[in-house]
Amino acid sequence: MKKVPYRHPISKFLGACLVVFLLFSTALFSQDEAATQGDPAKGKQLFNQNCAACHSLDRKMTGPMLANIESKVIDAGKDRQWIYDWVRNSAGLIKSGDDYANKIFNEFNKVPMTPFPTLSDEDIDNILAYTAAPAATPKPAAAAGGAAQSAAPASSGINNTVVLGALVLIFGLLVIMLVLVNKTLRRIAEANGVVLEKERAEKRLPIWKAFVQNQFLVFVTVVFLLLAGAYYAFGWMMQIGIDQGYQPIQPIHYSHKIHAGDNKIDCKFCHSSARVSKTSGVPSLNVCMNCHKFISEYKGNPEGPSPEDLANGYTNEFYTGEIQKLYDAVGWDQENGSYTGKTKPVEWVRIHNLPDFVYFNHSQHVSVAGVECQTCHGPVEEMEVMYQYAPLTMGWCINCHKDTGVKMEGNEYYEKIHAELSKKYGVEKLTIAQMGGLECGKCHY
Amino acid sequence: MASSKKYWKSGAELDPNDSIVERLKQNEFVEEIPIDGFLGDKDTLDSTSTNRRDFLKFIGYSTAAASLAACEGPVVKTIPYVVQPERIIPGIANYYATTIADGFDFASILVKTREGRPIKIENNTYAKVNGAGKARVQASVLSLYDSTRLQGPSANGDAVEWSQFDTEVRAKLMAAKDSGRQIALLTQTYASPSTERLIADFKAAYGNVNHVIYDAVAEDAALNAFEAKYGERALADYDFENAALIVSFGADILGDWQGGGYDIGYAKGRIPKNGKMSRHIQFESNLTNSGAKADKRVPLSPSQLKLALAKLYGKLNNVPVAGELPSGAEEVLDSVAGQIRKTGSRAVVVTGLQDENAQTLVLALNEMLGSKVFDPQAPKYIRQGNAKAVTQLVADMKAGKVGALLMDGVNPMYTLPDPTDFSEGINKVGLSLIFALNYNETVAVSQYVASASHFLESWGDAQFKKGFYSLMQPTIKELFDTRQFQSSLLRWAGIDKTYYEYVKETWNTSILAGSDWDKALQDGVFVPAEMPIPEDAAPKEKPGAPAAEIAEAETVSTTIPIATAVNSLAGADPEGMELTLYTKQGLGDGQQASNPWLQEFPDPITRVSWGNYVTVSKVDADRLNLKNEHVSNGALNGSYVKLTVNGTTLEGVPVIIQPGQAKGSVGMALGYGRLEGMKSEMRTGVNAYPLFQDFSNIQSVEIEKMSGMHEFACVQLQNTMVGRGDDIIKETSLEIFNTKDKDHWNAVPKVDYNHGEIEVRDKNADIWNSFDTEIGHHFNLSIDLNACTGCGACVIACHAENNVPVVGKEEVRRFRDMHWLRVDRYYSSADTFKQEIEDLQNLPAMEPYTRIETASYENPEVAFQPVMCQHCNHAPCETVCPVAATSHGRQGQNQMVYNRCVGTRYCQNNCPYKVRRFNWFRYNGNDEFDYNMNNDLGRMVLNPDVVVRSRGVMEKCSMCIQLTQKTILDAKREGRKIEDGEFHTACSSACDKGAMVFGDINDSSSEILKKKNDDRMFHLLENVGTKPNVMYQVMVRNTTEA
Repeated sequence: MKKVPYRHPISKFLGACLVVFLLFSTALFSQDEAATQGDPAKGKQLFNQNCAACHSLDRKMTGPMLANIESKVIDAGKDRQWIYDWVRNSAGLIKSGDDYANKIFNEFNKVPMTPFPTLSDEDIDNILAYTAAPAATPKPAAAAGGAAQSAAPASSGINNTVVLGALVLIFGLLVIMLVLVNKTLRRIAEANGVVLEKERAEKRLPIWKAFVQNQFLVFVTVVFLLLAGAYYAFGWMMQIGIDQGYQPIQPIHYSHKIHAGDNKIDCKFCHSSARVSKTSGVPSLNVCMNCHKFISEYKGNPEGPSPEDLANGYTNEFYTGEIQKLYDAVGWDQENGSYTGKTKPVEWVRIHNLPDFVYFNHSQHVSVAGVECQTCHGPVEEMEVMYQYAPLTMGWCINCHKDTGVKMEGNEYYEKIHAELSKKYGVEKLTIAQMGGLECGKCHY
Repeated sequence: MASSKKYWKSGAELDPNDSIVERLKQNEFVEEIPIDGFLGDKDTLDSTSTNRRDFLKFIGYSTAAASLAACEGPVVKTIPYVVQPERIIPGIANYYATTIADGFDFASILVKTREGRPIKIENNTYAKVNGAGKARVQASVLSLYDSTRLQGPSANGDAVEWSQFDTEVRAKLMAAKDSGRQIALLTQTYASPSTERLIADFKAAYGNVNHVIYDAVAEDAALNAFEAKYGERALADYDFENAALIVSFGADILGDWQGGGYDIGYAKGRIPKNGKMSRHIQFESNLTNSGAKADKRVPLSPSQLKLALAKLYGKLNNVPVAGELPSGAEEVLDSVAGQIRKTGSRAVVVTGLQDENAQTLVLALNEMLGSKVFDPQAPKYIRQGNAKAVTQLVADMKAGKVGALLMDGVNPMYTLPDPTDFSEGINKVGLSLIFALNYNETVAVSQYVASASHFLESWGDAQFKKGFYSLMQPTIKELFDTRQFQSSLLRWAGIDKTYYEYVKETWNTSILAGSDWDKALQDGVFVPAEMPIPEDAAPKEKPGAPAAEIAEAETVSTTIPIATAVNSLAGADPEGMELTLYTKQGLGDGQQASNPWLQEFPDPITRVSWGNYVTVSKVDADRLNLKNEHVSNGALNGSYVKLTVNGTTLEGVPVIIQPGQAKGSVGMALGYGRLEGMKSEMRTGVNAYPLFQDFSNIQSVEIEKMSGMHEFACVQLQNTMVGRGDDIIKETSLEIFNTKDKDHWNAVPKVDYNHGEIEVRDKNADIWNSFDTEIGHHFNLSIDLNACTGCGACVIACHAENNVPVVGKEEVRRFRDMHWLRVDRYYSSADTFKQEIEDLQNLPAMEPYTRIETASYENPEVAFQPVMCQHCNHAPCETVCPVAATSHGRQGQNQMVYNRCVGTRYCQNNCPYKVRRFNWFRYNGNDEFDYNMNNDLGRMVLNPDVVVRSRGVMEKCSMCIQLTQKTILDAKREGRKIEDGEFHTACSSACDKGAMVFGDINDSSSEILKKKNDDRMFHLLENVGTKPNVMYQVMVRNTTEA
């Protein structure tokens, strides 16, 4: 079900050319600009560590956009010292009655900027250098790398076809040769007067006739075929309705890998109802907006998207576009930083579908038993696109209930029953099955 | 032995030659299973060439097709909230306290909501008055999701916007005001302080406003009598819990008498405590629940009731009252008078006769007795209708004196005895406007129709009883473009407030007296810390004073002089047959007639669902040649009659021959026969309101037999206990209960073992290994036959909790009702228990019990017994299931696994209690069963924690395992032990009478353990040895005379 992007070799070639061209041109360009004081590379690092939560280069966020900020400040009649003062203690600057400081403070809803007294002049210079530099530098390099990477499997694909084609050709030639050799041999035999033993062959029973006449063999074969057929039919039937590996395309490309993996957000941070309710709950969009009010853009890892991501089209722009879909759904006006009230609820495709006649409660497993989400949902933190990891069959449930111990430590509810039951079964630790977790009515009502 | 008493369910059982009864004893169904019916019409089937081989081909093809189709799973969408409300967590229920006050039913309730949808009504245990869910209240949540509700306002038949509606109505109201003609408000009883204030404000804005309150089922006589005596239009309250002697003259105190809600106190007083319980003597015409529960019941026709009441008054005051009563009744009255004298202030007399004389007399009697049960100081406000004012209004309308008529909560075109006057009048009214939930008869004749909000979508308040307040809050946003009456009045009166603000203001200024509004709203009920009634406000006779010494009570000048009342009561002269109109526990006044749960709810007494009928006594039926008979499939048919009251004729009313119906009297239920705006399935019964003339429930009637037979959907004969009549119900008298040993009146059945007798509870009597139920929870349910009044709230609660489908009249007739919980009603012989035992002892050993039973057709004793799955520890169903779809749990539940069931129905056949129900059809999303599960709106009431069963599987009571599991899970999550009282089932929490108690018998402190060890405890059909986890408490009747 995975989507395999199809790319024409020619377009790939053209793409590669384009990339090489771009790489060349931008490299030249960036060398031009690097002349100002301060090191943009160090600046970028500092920027990402300290500033990126509230500032962006090309867009207003909580704070103003910072691209070419120094020139703007200079335009306003201030100097670099003013920037140093502001960064280290903006509140002081505002208090001193500085007109420009107050103007900015008011413009951004009187949200004071976090002071950064630890940043040295040099650090700030570096950041300024970074803000003065054009933003697009890292992309072409990564793109080029990606292109190079993606070219490799393409060429191996061609090789495979060629090899296969060659093999078919050779095989075909062999067959023709054999036929020709056979013909030639017959001709030679005829010419030499050798008589082929056709008559004798005709008298002998053909093997299939012999087989048909041997009733025992027929019987055994039929039984065998029937059994085998039943076995495979049963196997095939049993997988009906089991959607292990089901990986539908969702209306918004939400990457668990980025959220749970890269950013290490706890599952229950968003799926909070798993703690208390039977459903884990698809998070409502206001939960997304707790963070995405401020994160409107995907920046990826500093080295840029990995080659395989790029192969799938998962570029930073792609992700940013998906965040935009969230904004559209929730009705968030990014320009003004406010909700428009026009919402479009997102219709996610449900992946884990239990039949109606099964009662499953997340909180029982998550809060009471302390089962990790990954036990049933698999390595979600590695899933770029979510899929169904477990078969969700009854056998799968039962097996786990048979093997897993009851987590009763510190739970007053279990004290008495556990003491009595473990005595009865003569075990130290009860499994869920021994607690009654295999009773039909516990899940079917 | 107590268990020698014989019970019967239907008259047919008394006929030894009735083949159907015999067959039903042996078979679950009378007819062969009509397999042809599944495949289609029999004729078509015969004419087609489909033979067995073709049939198998179809089966094979469809299996293959189904498997192939199953390969492609459907895509399921899941749509989260955009902004999730803080209080809603998907999967977790929220509860809101609110109030139902629809003019007929008044109760403080809790509403369970899931994901914002109300799905169930629970009792509000904080409420001291009417905190109860009757069957109708329990079912009202389904009326919210009625697909026939009005979905927006309309003017002269055209849908309009509210803004336009408001503009036009205001203009017309102003025109009416300017014209000087009156603006009339014709409404239900609200008993609402805020609405009262609002109407006063509305009057201030428009001047000539006339507010007329109209109760469809009027308590007019009682209100008039009370008003005359105490100066307030209200009803006296009665505290039956403290009564030692209850004497009722035609008052169904366990039904809808004076607004209902008396059953809780009554039931509490009926449980024997320290050897004492109340004694209840009922004189009545129709057999009601109250008569069924009474210790002594005397069937009398309405005119005889009046005479009896007058005579009782005479006897207590040593005044002779002339008149003849049927033999025996006079003696009973003497005895009653003696008992009243003895009991003094803990005795009470009540009447349900809609007759001012009778009501006045009863008030005087209770005053005279100084009855502690009787409370006129803090009266009830839940009926305020004024019949005279209604009649006057209709006359005014006809005379063209009414400029505008605004109606809310009423449907006069249906409920008025003669709607022609009203329809004539409404055409002369400048503006006629009605607030209605559904399209109804009055909507059809009104110019402006406002779609009203259901009470679960509305704000409001109520004062049920002086000083007992209740708040109404919305539990869901309006489903449709609807608005409540009060919000509209506010707008039209030019008050720029929402009704919420208005209610809050009323409460803060005049009710709460500094208490917290939020707390009151959360609790749903509020009783001011200081009761506003001073104890000695009115003169009360000294308690305990011997009644005989009291001279004729002083009367307030405006009341009818007692002597006149007595004389006119004694002089009541019956003409022909007498009709008593009543309301059913199911449909009540008919407001919720389009509610399928209520339509399918079997009447507690007759066990008939889907329709009303006229009840006649056996004697009268024989005289008029009226018949009830069971046809070949076991269903009940009855003759049709024509009823004529004062020239008004009802044709085609079916007849039920009712044991215990007083000779010369007939009964008929109101609330049926609604036609307008109803789905065809719901158009059941005959409208009896045309006979409710002069707003009186007692009428003279002529009866004439008509041709044809009516097909009833009666569950009466169904599920008999396979002929095993003993050990079903055990009952005894208070005297025996107090004096004799438990073995005498509640003996455990004995079985043979090793050449001796052992109790069936003995371990040696088992052939099965017992389940180990000592560890963990072990759930038991106890049902107290003394406290059970047969009201059926549990039946509807079970419906709502467990997604029990409605199957419709035809299917009920085929014995395919799906009620997991039924309330069986048994008749038994004889007036007294002693007499019956003597009779039985004097009969030859093998005599069929027919002989003694026939006599009891006149006045049987009645017993109610709720029966659900008994959750046997040795369950016969479990051993016969070929696929182990039903199995036993350690917690005592007999578990039914629907997805495993293949539908052999062996379990149903092997169940001695007949509590298993088979899904003959798919009852959801099926046009053949066009009830609530056939539309998205109606499906919103479904409980998401319980699966909707599919066709071909067996289902039955699960002991609400979803609720016990939830309680356990909550405790686990919070890491605590479970306290007694936390576990409950839908039925046990719906039973406000305490008849059903549920709990864990492994908890040594639990109430259920006490019940299990109680002397009164017995199991149903214990001799079968099934060891059920449901237990019953022996019924004790207080038969001690004087």
